[in-house]
Amino acid sequence: MEQLINANIRITPFQVSVNGRTEYQAENFITFAEFIKPFFKSLNLGYPKFYKMDSLSKLGFMAAELMLRQIDLTRYDNNRVGVVLSNSSSSLDTDLAHQQSIQDRSQYFPSPSVFVYTLPNIMIGEISIRHRLKGENAMLISERFDSRLLFTYVNNLFREKKVDVCLTGWVELLNEQFDAFLMAVEPSTATFSGETSGALPFSPETMDELYKTT
Amino acid sequence: MKSVYIASDNIITSLGTTTSANWEALRNGQVGIRNISDPLLYPSPMPLSRVDNDLLEESFQLLLKEYRQEPGASSFTRLEKLFILSVHDAVSGLPIDYRNKRTLFILSTTKGNINLLETNTDPLFPPQRAYLWELARVVTGFFGFSNTPLVISNACISGVIALMTAYRYLKQGLYDQAVVTGGDILSEFVIAGFQSFQSLSPLPCRPFDEHRDGLSLGEGAGTMVLTTAEGKGVGQQVKITGASATNDANHISGPSRTGEELGLSLLNSLQEAGHQAEEISFINAHGTATRFNDEMESKAIAYAGMIQVPVNSFKGYWGHTMGAAGVIESVACVLALKENVLIRTAGFEEPGVPEPIRVITGTEKSEMKSCLKSASGFGGCNASILFEKV
Repeated sequence: MEQLINANIRITPFQVSVNGRTEYQAENFITFAEFIKPFFKSLNLGYPKFYKMDSLSKLGFMAAELMLRQIDLTRYDNNRVGVVLSNSSSSLDTDLAHQQSIQDRSQYFPSPSVFVYTLPNIMIGEISIRHRLKGENAMLISERFDSRLLFTYVNNLFREKKVDVCLTGWVELLNEQFDAFLMAVEPSTATFSGETSGALPFSPETMDELYKTT
Repeated sequence: MKSVYIASDNIITSLGTTTSANWEALRNGQVGIRNISDPLLYPSPMPLSRVDNDLLEESFQLLLKEYRQEPGASSFTRLEKLFILSVHDAVSGLPIDYRNKRTLFILSTTKGNINLLETNTDPLFPPQRAYLWELARVVTGFFGFSNTPLVISNACISGVIALMTAYRYLKQGLYDQAVVTGGDILSEFVIAGFQSFQSLSPLPCRPFDEHRDGLSLGEGAGTMVLTTAEGKGVGQQVKITGASATNDANHISGPSRTGEELGLSLLNSLQEAGHQAEEISFINAHGTATRFNDEMESKAIAYAGMIQVPVNSFKGYWGHTMGAAGVIESVACVLALKENVLIRTAGFEEPGVPEPIRVITGTEKSEMKSCLKSASGFGGCNASILFEKV
């Protein structure tokens, strides 16, 4: 049984593309916060929890949000939807903020709402809460986007019959540098109901090609 | 599908630097959590399970001599030393060429070298060392492993996910053996964070007890070597036969209200192994001793129809060791199976969870077949893994 990449999302400074088509663009030389907020508002989600998230979770959340407009998850058992993400700097962006809050004993103000985001898999938790995803989940750390790492992990989940569909990709953010690349992987036997017909074979080669060109 | 056996292991905690030292301590009911006064960690004294620094340095010097390796001890962080000592102890003496391409190396940690973010830290280490993949590269570089290390950072279930991943890759024949190591150190960073959540107990933690009031933090490293090799004199007495991860999809810092998602993970692992609930000799729970975690776990065990199965938690001995927990607790479970000993839950006296689970109150000999190890963490993640005797 082989799998297909049925949709892909890319978010970079400062462009958002869905299956290779640019969907949203912002002018250069703005901050991540200035970029993500109007983009979030443009989707009219009515999801105030978004504002409490750290930047990494916001980035992953938005990528997942766009992804789940491309594929129909309602036909899957939510216990069998996998989420496997990766990045390079783990939660360092928020780690630095938490460290800042304890650095100086005279200005010591650690906050639980910051500390909770000092784990990279919190982003998977946020996506899971939003879309009620309860299946296999894992956060992998690699120096660069590593297509083989993700392919092996996700392909193994399908082989082991642990998932029916899986969101996977790279969500990296540190000090205003960010990059999200998300894919929806479904078995080739699933009849695709999304708006595109551009399903691609799920392989490290396809992933590398998509990552280079989107 | 290949069978996946446990070939060797190591545990380093406050209770010792080998599996046997830790096992002896568990058998004798020795608790490693001490009231520690260290202004570098926290302004006031706090119950913590800490690896003795002199012992760590001494052991590392000996190891360096054995490897005749330059550069010296000062070029490794405290956590790197823990990882290197743990991996060394687990792989040395094995009739396996662990440096070849057929060996998978997995490292599990929540915070890695997080203490390098402190401005007063030794400038000897470049900022890059705070990246988890760089930490893993330092460890694999020391031993000369040839594959790029796989790094898992999935909150408090990291260690179980690491073992689960190795099990699945080996089962599918992607590798012949796997070295799985997990570790984390105590840091001001983590202590301040958990303290801000008010989840640290002022006394050594009391899993599942009526009067529990939070967790005790610990540090350490653990390693498990898994192999698919049969009959090569690596003493394959225990194998892994099931594993599963789930997510609550409920709250990022609080567990599920129903426990169904962890319960589902337990059922998935059972089903994969082809077992019934009554065939499980004991459950080694996450058992952190926070009000909500232990409550949720009791519901999960009930949900999975395993209310009759004896349950223990090792957190009362060596605290919550974060990224090491899943690995070191699994190593102790494997030993419990081999030695046919049920280990009592240190700190537990009076039942204090909503479901009447059977918390183990006395360490005793008992004929064992299999054990289910579970873990849950921030981000709503749950995982379980099933070990059984061959």
